[in-house]
Amino acid sequence: MTAEAVSVPAQPVRRKFTLPNWAYPTIAVILLVVIWDVSIRIFDVKAFILPTPQQVGYALWRDWNQLGPGMLYTIYEILAGFAIAVVVGISLAIAIVSSHIMEKTVYPILVGSQVIPKVAIAPLFVMWFGFGITPKILVAFLIAFFPMVISTAIGLRSVEIPKLYLARSMGASTLQVFFKIRLPHALPSIFAGLKLAITAAVIGAIVGEFIGADQGIGRVLLIANGNLKTDTLFAGIVLLSITGVVLFLIVEVLERVAVRWHVSQRVKYDTAH
Amino acid sequence: MAVSIERVSKTYGTRTGEIFAVDDVSLTIKDGEFVALLGPSGCGKSTLMLMMAGLVARSVGRIAIGSTTVTRPYTDLGIVFQEANLLDWRTVLKNLMLQIEIRGLPPAQYEARARELLKMVGLDGYEQKYPFELSGGMQQRVSICRALVHEPPLLLMDEPFGALDALTRDQLNMDLQDLWMDKPKTVIFVTHSISEAVFLSDRIIVMTPRPGKIAADIKVDLPRPRTMAMRETPEFGAYTKQIRAMFEDWGVLRTERTPAQKLGAVA
Ligand SMILES: Nc1ncnc2c1ncn2[C@@H]1O[C@H](COP(=O)(O)OP(=O)(O)O)[C@@H](O)[C@H]1O
Ligand SMILES: [Mg+2]
Repeated sequence: MTAEAVSVPAQPVRRKFTLPNWAYPTIAVILLVVIWDVSIRIFDVKAFILPTPQQVGYALWRDWNQLGPGMLYTIYEILAGFAIAVVVGISLAIAIVSSHIMEKTVYPILVGSQVIPKVAIAPLFVMWFGFGITPKILVAFLIAFFPMVISTAIGLRSVEIPKLYLARSMGASTLQVFFKIRLPHALPSIFAGLKLAITAAVIGAIVGEFIGADQGIGRVLLIANGNLKTDTLFAGIVLLSITGVVLFLIVEVLERVAVRWHVSQRVKYDTAH
Repeated sequence: MAVSIERVSKTYGTRTGEIFAVDDVSLTIKDGEFVALLGPSGCGKSTLMLMMAGLVARSVGRIAIGSTTVTRPYTDLGIVFQEANLLDWRTVLKNLMLQIEIRGLPPAQYEARARELLKMVGLDGYEQKYPFELSGGMQQRVSICRALVHEPPLLLMDEPFGALDALTRDQLNMDLQDLWMDKPKTVIFVTHSISEAVFLSDRIIVMTPRPGKIAADIKVDLPRPRTMAMRETPEFGAYTKQIRAMFEDWGVLRTERTPAQKLGAVA
């Protein structure tokens, strides 16, 4: 039989309709803004209850001399709290994983400390450290470091036993096992922790500012609220949300670079086509 | 490298009580011998192998490799487990070079050896690939190369082909024989496959169900290199038959069909 004789009608290839990944949330946000705008017009909502997107945009421009520097100051608090959380979190996780005594001592205290609502301790920090930047960084740190410890500890601990056997049969020292096997193995988990921690640090900084602050976006929000300047309040919230998303995305980009080889990244690449 | 095991037993202490895994095993393995440890699942084969490597402590007895009594992880060897256990973040070549890095051997010289080994198992061109880009069989080939790259005199393998499909398994049996004939070394090969043990080994140590004792020590007198076709010869069949009879005696292999199977056949 010749090749021509067995020609089968080609099945039509169905192309799945896809957009670039960034397009989906962008379209969703635009839709929401449109619905927001249209609902205000239909239901005739007063501006001090809910301003229109245009009014919020205008407020962002009008009050930028307060919003901009305030946001910058808060970003500083967020990053400081986050950085301390990362260093302390990873160190504590290493201690927990490498010593049974540390695990039995630190772990229950850690979990117990999470039950205490941070909002309740924040005023205490203000009493101890004043209205300056210290209590805000502390609250941000306190909320952010817990997911950091847990994720890192889980990652460090989940190395398969045969891999450790192999390392020992090669004569690896404890340090070599840590840096060549445990730490890289834990990276995907550590990045999961980093993403939770950066989000938590944003919340922590704002909570800290709400308790008492002389600077920062939280203070701008409180003042706008007191003056019934709803448009400024919304502008601040928008700015804060954008900041949170951008910080999260920065961690995600770092993750993509650092753990290209991991399953979680692979799946993302495959479905992107 | 010769291995001597003298009256070794192992009892695991667990929360639910003690598990008697290996019972009074004595065994001498000559330098350059290819030995299979064959026995039903859970009979203590892995335990015995890990005790030889000094990775699991024995309860009683003595194990010596060459003139060294094993008291801590023995390093002058290579190990292959059932899973390839490659490091996901390292390329194929870098996975092999882990062995060299940790041992502090000169990388330039051993990189050449690494490439040569990969070529021998048909993985030239894959040096810069990551493990997730490889099939299970390819990953296991890499893990075998990793165990050989530092040219150890002793190779321990714990059911290395147990997770692979039958075709890949046959292919890797051939590859392993080639590697072994290229550079003869002592191999201890744990398996529960009778035909795999006969195909590969000079000698088969058959272990009883748990607690594992040595039930038989069978010398396999088949010419090398062995071929897949030899598995159909009467000589080969005589060995598998002899071992299968023991498994049947212990009830780990049923000869009769179960009532359920008979019912199924009728319907
Ligand atoms: N780390 C361990 N702790 C407790 N029991 C174990 C451990 N490893 C193996 N065992 C038990 O010892 C017995 C022998 O196990 P193993 O050596 O893995 O058998 P095999 O490799 O022949 O299948 C089994 O019953 C198993 O459950
Ligand atoms: Mg086993």
